[in-house]
Amino acid sequence: MKQPIYLDNNATTPLDPRVLEAMLPYFTEKFGNAASRNHAFGWVAEEGVDYAREQVAKLIGCTEKEVIFTSGATEADNLAIKGVFEMYKDKGNHIITALTEHKAVLDTCKHLEKNGARVTYLGVKEDGLIDLAALEAAMTPETILVSIMYGNNEIGVIQPVKEISAIAHRYGALFMTDATQAVGKIPVDVNADGIDLMAFSAHKMYGPKGVGALYVRRKNPRVKVTSQMDGGGHERGMRSGTLNVPGIVGLGKACELCRLEMESEAVRLSALRDKLESTLNKMEESYVNGNTQHRLPHVANISFKYVEGEGLMMAMSDLAVSSGSACTSASLEPSYVLKSLGLSDDLAHSSIRYGLGRFTTEEDIDHAIEITQKAVNHLRELSPLWEMFKEGIDLSKIEWAEH
Amino acid sequence: MKRVYLDNAATTPLDKDVIAEMTNVMENYFGNPSAIHALGREVRTLVEKARKTVSGLLGASPSEIFFTSGGTEADNTAIRCGISAYGIKHAITSKIEHHAVEHTLNMMLKNGEIDKLSFVNIDEKGNVDYAHLEELLQNNERTFVSLMHANNELGTLTDMVKVGDICEKYNAIYHADTVQTMGHYVHNVRDLKAHFIVCAAHKLHGPKGVGFLYVNSNIKIPPMIYGGAQERNMRGGTENVYGIVGLAKALEIAYAEMEQHQNYIQDLKNYLKEALIAEIPGIAFNGETDADKSLYTVLNVSFPEMDMADMLLFNLDINGICASGGSACSSGSNIGSHVLNGIKADPNRPSVRFSFSKYTTKEELDYVIEKVKMVVKQNALA
Repeated sequence: MKQPIYLDNNATTPLDPRVLEAMLPYFTEKFGNAASRNHAFGWVAEEGVDYAREQVAKLIGCTEKEVIFTSGATEADNLAIKGVFEMYKDKGNHIITALTEHKAVLDTCKHLEKNGARVTYLGVKEDGLIDLAALEAAMTPETILVSIMYGNNEIGVIQPVKEISAIAHRYGALFMTDATQAVGKIPVDVNADGIDLMAFSAHKMYGPKGVGALYVRRKNPRVKVTSQMDGGGHERGMRSGTLNVPGIVGLGKACELCRLEMESEAVRLSALRDKLESTLNKMEESYVNGNTQHRLPHVANISFKYVEGEGLMMAMSDLAVSSGSACTSASLEPSYVLKSLGLSDDLAHSSIRYGLGRFTTEEDIDHAIEITQKAVNHLRELSPLWEMFKEGIDLSKIEWAEH
Repeated sequence: MKRVYLDNAATTPLDKDVIAEMTNVMENYFGNPSAIHALGREVRTLVEKARKTVSGLLGASPSEIFFTSGGTEADNTAIRCGISAYGIKHAITSKIEHHAVEHTLNMMLKNGEIDKLSFVNIDEKGNVDYAHLEELLQNNERTFVSLMHANNELGTLTDMVKVGDICEKYNAIYHADTVQTMGHYVHNVRDLKAHFIVCAAHKLHGPKGVGFLYVNSNIKIPPMIYGGAQERNMRGGTENVYGIVGLAKALEIAYAEMEQHQNYIQDLKNYLKEALIAEIPGIAFNGETDADKSLYTVLNVSFPEMDMADMLLFNLDINGICASGGSACSSGSNIGSHVLNGIKADPNRPSVRFSFSKYTTKEELDYVIEKVKMVVKQNALA
């Protein structure tokens, strides 16, 4: 079967063969438990982990001791938010986040509300960026944590992280960011950006699934989190469990490749993305969602009015794209991220997320444009709404009869 | 240099067939299982097929199997979420449990999530005192019981059927840490009364970073990790697809070859045990060693007192023998094994855990016996 063109790199990315190659020895001769202190199999595994920790640290500008390996970004988000809430409960119980965060942050915050947390969910402006004045107004002496994502998974907008961290720090709160979509794609430096905790995962940057990391600042200030999984006291007591050595080695290699190739990749991908976006945006009644100035280089989110997103995806079976986040795509609800931007249900329902990646070619993009245009035009031809729109009927003024 | 790996209770080498399956997934099936396009759906199928394989082998329903990042996460989920879901205030465990259980329960006690933590008596070989367990249950309100199937350092087995019967009698919730026995014995959940059992794939020639939690369908617990509808809303996070496929393959192989490996490894264990008894005066063993009372992959040897006893493992390593003094999870510490302390083992006698796998050979054991004899002789007390 012919493989569809893959433009869903925000959901997950193909494993880079160079990453797989780095992992393979840790499935075969280097199979030891990194915590085995009495023999060479353990030491060899530990060396692999240590090297990976350096590779990760180098990508985000931290020290090795500040990297805590987890099973992925979701676990890292959980550990950061719950861990800070429990560790700093004497200081306060207030957490600030945004409505456009990933479910890993939102659902964790909702869970903490049941345990006595007070959570402020900031809205966003029409372009998806948070309003810094609104953030500042929400800060209280009880605010212990501000958790705002770096780059949004659905629309790609990059939040003003430096400004956000400065506000958080001015009020004595910690700043945590879910940087799953940003790390490896754009330069992220935890010191320059004032980040205290940061979650990210390997499979969004051409590494394996099932592994990620939490950055935890050790200096200015020294940040502590309460462990959420207890056991052998691995990862400096913050995350127990036998280390996923091949996965960690893969994450390290993925970070190294991203660090070396990020700059040229960003240029290449944003050019391809812009071509895709500007061509599709020329279609009638198509709208680009989110800020286009502060945006990840590989993401475009476009609404095609009068076309239903799920139907459009089905009509484009040669194209692997998404109409929202993979984590919520099983539901038929319109994207809560797009709704937070003020989009109507209809427009939110008619959106497609294009996520380009390392293996996307110009040919792929040309095909994707063609497939999208054809499918949108075809579906609109069948749509009575489209017909009415073309006849100049103002659909918003129609009073629909109840069935 | 020749190296003999006898630390299979810490982790096992991967089976080649498992690696082949995983490599195929990593190279050809990269989609996100939650994505609704074809590349996501085909990967979803792999995950659900793996779940069916695992549940089939355990006699469970697929809806009772939840994939996790490993044994520690599975244990933590069972304990933390099992206790909170039922408002339980009293837990029973033992002093020789794995830290994933012991530390978790202690932390919950410290945080006031339970009011009382009782420790069931164990004898000098690590056997649970079942009468005491019953007594503890009798005298307390609804209880969460966490007792491991086989001790990871001693190999001593606990009778899961017996514990299950006792727990049922007192309406207790029963969690068995089966990390060391999954894939080494047949676990049929329909014959067991355990509400939770767990698996870490890397203990049965599968990959690290993946495991599962079996939750009996009569039990409903909230998730421990939030943030997505994965694992039927029970465990947020993109699935470790290659790991899950590897786990299922490893368990499939383990069940298919179980009897053969049981016999083979039990013979190896007996062989080493008899040889050490014959060759080293004053040798003894920690925990049970009889076939019906102990896990066949573990032999914990208590050596006679010797010079530089704390260098014994180091000396073995110099000779290419990779074994352990206890659990890898705590082997970095100098406080000694909490398990050996728990059975009040003589601290002056150095202990070494030898643990075997299907890849261990008799020739390797002959080499080990020869080197152990030499090291013991070199360090004999004057």
